[in-house]
Amino acid sequence: MAQAKLARDEQLNGWLFIMPALVLVGIFMIYPILWSLWMSFQTGRGMNFSFGGLANIERLTQDPVFQRALTNTLIFLVIQVPIMLVLALLFATALNDSKLWGRSFFRTAIFLPCVTSLVAYSILFKSMFAVDGVINDFLMTTGLVGSPIPWLSDPFWAKVVVISAITWRWTGYNMIFYLAAMQNIDRSIYEAAKIDGIPAWARFWYITVPMLKPVILFTSVISTIGTLQLFDEVNTITLGGPSDSTLTLSLYIYNLTFKFMPSFGYAATVSYVIVVLVGILSFFQFVVARDRSK
Amino acid sequence: MTDQALPLSTTRTERRTTRAFNFPHLAGRTALYLLLSIAAFVSIFPFFWMIVSATNTAADINTGKATFGTALWDNTVAFFTQVDAPRIFWNSAFLAIVGTVLTLAVSSLAGYGFEMFKNRFRERIFGLLLLMLSIPFAALMVPLFIMMANFKLINTYAAILLPAIASIFIIFYFRQATKAFPSELREAAKIDGLNEWQIFLFIYLPVMRSTYAAAIIIVFMANWNNYLWPLIVLQTNEQKTITLVIQSLSSAYYPDYGVVMVGTVLATLPTLIIFFLLQRRFVEGMLGAVK
Repeated sequence: MAQAKLARDEQLNGWLFIMPALVLVGIFMIYPILWSLWMSFQTGRGMNFSFGGLANIERLTQDPVFQRALTNTLIFLVIQVPIMLVLALLFATALNDSKLWGRSFFRTAIFLPCVTSLVAYSILFKSMFAVDGVINDFLMTTGLVGSPIPWLSDPFWAKVVVISAITWRWTGYNMIFYLAAMQNIDRSIYEAAKIDGIPAWARFWYITVPMLKPVILFTSVISTIGTLQLFDEVNTITLGGPSDSTLTLSLYIYNLTFKFMPSFGYAATVSYVIVVLVGILSFFQFVVARDRSK
Repeated sequence: MTDQALPLSTTRTERRTTRAFNFPHLAGRTALYLLLSIAAFVSIFPFFWMIVSATNTAADINTGKATFGTALWDNTVAFFTQVDAPRIFWNSAFLAIVGTVLTLAVSSLAGYGFEMFKNRFRERIFGLLLLMLSIPFAALMVPLFIMMANFKLINTYAAILLPAIASIFIIFYFRQATKAFPSELREAAKIDGLNEWQIFLFIYLPVMRSTYAAAIIIVFMANWNNYLWPLIVLQTNEQKTITLVIQSLSSAYYPDYGVVMVGTVLATLPTLIIFFLLQRRFVEGMLGAVK
């Protein structure tokens, strides 16, 4: 009798503890994401919806601005994420050496960019990369370039600025994950490998990288999700310009919803492109990680 | 590339001395320090640029002057006349602090609940939540905006706070941390006659204070720096946060960067101070998710 009451209380409390969070997740996440799916089948402007079937998907295939935004987002993803993760792994390997002089200084310095807000550092990059700004000044004084680089007014260089900015902000963040994981690797493995005469690069490639695989997977998934949602930086540094060369999917959704005459149904369709991309890429990354462990 | 794992035994000193004459090793070391120094310089320079630029005129900033100037006072005065700074900082602080308290209350409760009271249904729900962790905000913002408009919550703080209270990431974070909470403590408290809620408040909360500290840093930072959702929801100047204000100052056709930089310094200072005061905890907080 008392046992049954205890078990019932346990069940009741189990639900009560999680209920506030579940209700809020239901209202502010599950409901909107389902609604957004429904909306993606609606056409019309403002609040006048009508069922359009697959009209929005058809519109995607004929919308050059969407295709540019998609291409830009994928370019950022494919170039920026690998560069950043390789750099992070490189710095982590270097800083994992307990006899490195100035180790904690270097670690703090490389991590420091994570403290800034996305908007704040974007403002800094925008001003540093001005045509007559400090970066061009430096490049010209050192003779690295002959004439100022049109950083923010040239489609190619604008992408370079955005990629450098994101890399600056997030490399230290990823490095910290790698450093923490490296500290868990048993040092005797390295000692054994050293005694067997295995060179440093091979120790890195055949011991460090496989041991860090779960963390590398984790960081590549969160970086992928982050880059697919890129907004603050491009909205601050370039506003998607010049001529849409840095327009991202998130910025396009924002423009569709809040800049132009709102086209909610179509914006929802574009947002589902991000959902599908996140799904596909995460799945792909998991498969790659699993294959390599065999 | 680096000798990251020198044997820890007595051979260490021996190796060091023989290696001192090892040229490739020395060259490798030099290259390593060069690489790290460049990385550190690149990482710190924008901070230096921010502080230096706050003391320079817009004209000097635009031509790349990287030495301290004399315009700090003028820039600061201009910032405080162009912007209702006390109001803006109050807005940011209010949203960040209230948001942090609410998020921690609701999400830590749920993380504790999921770990302490296990059953099949709740495990399934938790699995579903984890799946939702990868749903990008971009996919939610359009319906959320319409929803807030229907609730007449546009331009209110409720619209900012409500969707952020149940943070799946923080629920997950607390569930992971709760695995380390000794269950004997709970059993002992039960024998002493405490109910589940008292156990949570008087036993769990104090024991887990370092987890809370790390979570506070994560959530506070995210709220203080939040940009996209406040940009969509907050429409009048009186409601805006410092992040929105510096962004709009910098996106003027001819932005006065001296003034913008004063704002940027002020916006970055709180998080910078938290970082230097609580460095360890800060980093632990960042790492929380992979434990």
